[in-house]
Amino acid sequence: MNSIPLSIISRLLFPLQLTLSIILLFRGHNLPGGGFIGGLLAASAFALVGFANGSARMKTFLLFAPSVWIGTGMLLALLAGLMPVLMGEAFFKGLWHYGIIPTIVAGDVKPGTPMLFDIGVYLLVVGIASHLVLLFESKGGD
Amino acid sequence: MISALAILLISSLLAVPLRSLIGPRAGLLLALAPAGLFYRTFKSLPEISTGAVFLEKTPWISSLGVDLSFRLDGLSLLFLLLIYGIGALVLIYSVGYLKDDPLQGRFFGLVLFFLIAMAGLVAAENLILLFIFWELTSVASYFLISHYHTDAMARRSALRALLITGCGGLALLAGLILIGMRCGTFSLTEVLLQRENLVGDPRYLLILLLVLAGAFTKSAQFPFHFWLPGAMAAPAPVSALLHSATMVKAGVFLLARLFPALGGTPEWHTIVTGFGAITMLIGAVIAFAQTDLKRLLAYSTVSSLGTLTMLTGLGTVEAHKAMVVFLIVHAAYKAALFLVSGSVDHAVHTRDVRRLGGLLREMPLSATAAIISGLSMCGFPPMLGFLGKELMYEAKLQAPQIAGLVLSAGVASNILIVATATAAGLRPYLRTKLDDNIHGHEVSWTMWFGPLLLATLSIIWGSMPHLLQESVIRPAIEAVRGEPLKIKLALWHGINPVLVLSVLTLILGAAVFMVIKILRRFREWLGALVKGWNGDRTFDLLFDGTLGAARYLTRLSQHGYLRGYVAVMIAFTGMALLWAVWKVEAWHFAFQSPDLFLSAPPALIILILLMCGSAIFAAVAKSRLAVLSGFGVVGFGIALLFSWHGAPDLALTQFFVETILLILMLLVIGHLPRFQEGRGMRLRDLMLSVGVGLLFAIVTLHSFWVHTNDSISSFYLENAPVAKGNNVVNVILVDFRALDTMGEIIVLAVAALGASAVLRGSPGRSETGAGRRYQLSFKKVISQRKPGFKETLS
Repeated sequence: MNSIPLSIISRLLFPLQLTLSIILLFRGHNLPGGGFIGGLLAASAFALVGFANGSARMKTFLLFAPSVWIGTGMLLALLAGLMPVLMGEAFFKGLWHYGIIPTIVAGDVKPGTPMLFDIGVYLLVVGIASHLVLLFESKGGD
Repeated sequence: MISALAILLISSLLAVPLRSLIGPRAGLLLALAPAGLFYRTFKSLPEISTGAVFLEKTPWISSLGVDLSFRLDGLSLLFLLLIYGIGALVLIYSVGYLKDDPLQGRFFGLVLFFLIAMAGLVAAENLILLFIFWELTSVASYFLISHYHTDAMARRSALRALLITGCGGLALLAGLILIGMRCGTFSLTEVLLQRENLVGDPRYLLILLLVLAGAFTKSAQFPFHFWLPGAMAAPAPVSALLHSATMVKAGVFLLARLFPALGGTPEWHTIVTGFGAITMLIGAVIAFAQTDLKRLLAYSTVSSLGTLTMLTGLGTVEAHKAMVVFLIVHAAYKAALFLVSGSVDHAVHTRDVRRLGGLLREMPLSATAAIISGLSMCGFPPMLGFLGKELMYEAKLQAPQIAGLVLSAGVASNILIVATATAAGLRPYLRTKLDDNIHGHEVSWTMWFGPLLLATLSIIWGSMPHLLQESVIRPAIEAVRGEPLKIKLALWHGINPVLVLSVLTLILGAAVFMVIKILRRFREWLGALVKGWNGDRTFDLLFDGTLGAARYLTRLSQHGYLRGYVAVMIAFTGMALLWAVWKVEAWHFAFQSPDLFLSAPPALIILILLMCGSAIFAAVAKSRLAVLSGFGVVGFGIALLFSWHGAPDLALTQFFVETILLILMLLVIGHLPRFQEGRGMRLRDLMLSVGVGLLFAIVTLHSFWVHTNDSISSFYLENAPVAKGNNVVNVILVDFRALDTMGEIIVLAVAALGASAVLRGSPGRSETGAGRRYQLSFKKVISQRKPGFKETLS
């Protein structure tokens, strides 16, 4: 895709979209949002960059290979499930730290395993969507 | 019993390492396991012979009525002695026989594994447990037949035997389950007491036929007899152990075991006796004219198995007496003959009986064993075989109703068996040397020890039958009959019809043997007449036919057209919905609510009309891009509808999914083949989509009127604060149903892997080097592993 306006807009929008996606991720437990939705938004941001600027640019933006995103996400999610087991609780029982992390963008975040799980989902969704976009791009042969 | 199985299992696992540590002699060490168990079983003889029954039970899957329960009575004891005894001898024999075989260790292990399966089978008290061991013997047999796995014929024979006995096993399972359902228990001890109940079952015939299918395939009864001669591709010790002495007798064992529960009816008499007699005759007819030593023995085994089946079918005390005695007789002489045939093959490198001669001088010990066993097979006094034949004739003479028929069949097949025994057990050793190019030599002691021991036992037990009478034979018969008995075995009964028949059989057998060359030619002519229309051929036709049908069906259903798959999935969903709608008559509610649509606010109506218009536009559009934009409008419209109805999470999700889908579609749209479809296809798709869409509409409308139990929703609402969240949707996703979400993200990751495999798999397009670095590629993973696989294979 060789559209200069689209290329510029996609890159300008990218930080905004990413920030928004992180806000959605962290506020998800109390307000609309969450890991899946946040991940999809971030993925669409990456996809837009890839669509408008080509896969090379998209890879730079991604920093890591999609497989790393997928794997990390999967590991975090699994960790969230296993941590309670290590504490002698049931698999995937929610464990919370009785503290609050104040953040600028997403308000107060309560740390706990469900939060960790959600972050894992976020990373995994970004990884899979980017993976597919890159795969299709490379098949496009441009 | 469990300890016995554990001992065998441990020695089975030790076989390979032990063989590589101390060489072939490992077999001698391993033989200690079955030999020791033989001794232990032997020691319990006095108790069993007083009529005691040992029961042993360890809970396993008690909820399904399956327990590790074992039962030791006269019948299972007899079989256990045969299994352990011949098992030990065969292991010793294999020390010499497979001395130079690199797979000898595995062979020892498999033989011991077979012993586990077989011992478990005869001692099992639970019907399902019995079935499990039954199948394990088939598996062991498969591996042992294909021991020479580089030989295509051996592999083929092994597969054939496995498939036939496996199919029979499935039938048996069905039969056993029916028995269990009728009796309310899988416990053999209890089932055996419920004869009236079982015989009175309207499905009695079905049960009987299913059980018989299992028994007949296992014991190579006509028309399944053909797998047994094929199984002779196995090494000689396997033929001796599995395919003559023990495993093939499992079918007979099962018939004898279930006789108190299922036997004695007219159906039982007719079918079991009939098929037994047919097998007995066919086996003998095919056997005597064979020229390969092993095939001679194989077909005569078929005949013997037929005899055993027939005797079990006759169901009189005399018949069962003859059955039990003949079982021992046959195991002793046939195992010895098979082992010697292996030795002859080993020493002389041919098994053609027309060329063998003068072996008595070259391998005196093996030959002596073979001659004695051959005489026992003929039924010469004072061998055990004579006793067996006497009892057999007596049973047939006293058979109810059909005495004449079974007697003549029995005499005829015995005459042929005498000729066979002469050809296989006597002539190669006794006649003068024919071919100077054939040189034999005596084999090592491990290889003559077993046959000679068995032959000696044939003589000792034959001349002194009282040794076995009280300790083994009577308890076994009592276990089959389920009642105490008195029996008397003796070599000499005085001059009576039975003796006359025995002598007649020997004389006529000798006469048949005199003209065997002519008869062989006659049989060749007969064989040419039916030209290959035997069981093998039929089986191959069935086998290839099944594979062909499977291939055809696969081509039909796995055509590779994505839209075809989608159409099938949608059609199936539609049918399921139709059934559901029909069942609850959902349309009543659906059509009662036109005002539901009219009462909606105008903005919503406009949105819905817009979506409908786009959907129709997408359906009739001629280009993919147009279709895509039509779908996009529908998708975003749905997102708006969600947010209208206060479901922001759903709306957001729908919105982003729609976006990413659009981007992905735009990426590939330029590379798809031309957009075209025939009129018929379009019509089909139209009907499918309109129909399924309508059904979904009905279901959706209907769902408004169904008052479901809302306790689940309120539970989540009430408990969301417990999970420290106010967004119930998210709390459900990451906490209440986190395991589901975990499953879903795993599915996503696997789908991504799958997409890689599919897209990277298609040839033609080159990938940029940079792109390759980022791919999680299946192909790569596999190609990296390949050398490893090869290494382990070679």
